[in-house]
Amino acid sequence: MTSPIETDVAIIGAGPIGLFAVFELGLLDLKAHLVDILDRPGGQCAELYPEKPIYDIPGLPVCSGQELTDRLMQQIKPFNPQFHFSETASALEKLSDGRWKLSTDCGTEIIAPVLVVAAGGGTFVPKRPPIAGIEAYEGKSVFYAVRKMDAFRGKNILIAGGGDSALDWTINLAPIAAKLTLVHHRDGFRAAQHSVNQMRELAAHGKINFEIASVKALHGENGALRAVTLSSPDKREWEHVCDTFIPFFGLTIKLGPIADFGLNLTENLIAVDTAKFESATSGIFAIGDINTYPGKLKLILSGFHEAALMAQAAFHICRPNEKLRFQYTTSSSSLQKKLGVAG
Amino acid sequence: MKIIATDRKGQLHEIEGRDGWSVMEILRDAGLDIAAECGGACACATCHVYVTAGWFEKLPARSDAEIDMLDMALAVEPNSRLSCQITCGPELDGIEVTIAPE
Repeated sequence: MTSPIETDVAIIGAGPIGLFAVFELGLLDLKAHLVDILDRPGGQCAELYPEKPIYDIPGLPVCSGQELTDRLMQQIKPFNPQFHFSETASALEKLSDGRWKLSTDCGTEIIAPVLVVAAGGGTFVPKRPPIAGIEAYEGKSVFYAVRKMDAFRGKNILIAGGGDSALDWTINLAPIAAKLTLVHHRDGFRAAQHSVNQMRELAAHGKINFEIASVKALHGENGALRAVTLSSPDKREWEHVCDTFIPFFGLTIKLGPIADFGLNLTENLIAVDTAKFESATSGIFAIGDINTYPGKLKLILSGFHEAALMAQAAFHICRPNEKLRFQYTTSSSSLQKKLGVAG
Repeated sequence: MKIIATDRKGQLHEIEGRDGWSVMEILRDAGLDIAAECGGACACATCHVYVTAGWFEKLPARSDAEIDMLDMALAVEPNSRLSCQITCGPELDGIEVTIAPE
């Protein structure tokens, strides 16, 4: 484990609101570290709808989720934010000096007087198929990701899904599995065409099996899978023997470890005041979709406003002995210097 | 127009639809438990519903984007649809849908 990072502000979430918070904090000379479970910036904009158009960003008649992310990254570049991607903010502790220590599942520790929760709906987690008792098998014979390929050597594997992950892992695990079956509800895939072709080639040569069906039930003892019940679209059911099941149905959003941070949650949202967007806990702010207050609208533009007001309040916590002078980027030469655009 | 929706607990709801709105928007507006994480962009498959036989056949065919996205839905059945892709209109007055498990 490396030594803790000390900074002004720790931000959970690198979606559009977390990114814009870096800008507003940066104008006030506050440095930020951001933690995000995804491997890249953008949050929902990057994960759910990178190519979908957004029409309600002021001044941008239309822009895609990816374009908005790219533009925000460009906008905050002068402030050199530090990102901790593919990490989950897993624990929060208040230190004796009043600062917060945010820890991640990868061992990163960030110490800062201000914590900003900009986590949207929470964290992205794999979708769990609605099969009775599946929890008992998770981590033993049911997996939602392949971390070490070697762990699957010699296994009788069942993969479910029709996207890129399902196809890629079917192709990659086929050579090391004792037996591999891909199951999907239709004879069509949303995956890249070359992967589909490769999978069909493997099936044609008997290297894998492909079944048009869905997994209805799991059979086994103590987390050890013995077989599953498959059901075809015409309702025919049969038992399929396998010892490992890997469902790939993409990601969904759950609140995650934030639920255990001791924050006062209302229906999985953090209640904040509308002057500072601070939670009931001093020094912890919540902006964007994760917060709630009278009149709240889950809009990106609302989150931008919340970030600006949060930054003003964060300044007073981070720099208690300094006076905050409000300035405009259009007219302030000192702000323009920070942005690297001074003439 | 009316939408007859069955929630995940099996409870029946009769909800007033609005022409031009998506069924997902009406369900969410009525406070039913439907995630609709992407907000109706056909990008997440968390507004998955089953459409009762008789009504299913009345719907316009699924777009390629919806067929693709249903690959990311759980427990897909032949009568599965993404409710953000069903537009309310007088021809669907009385449509019956069941919110799929999550």
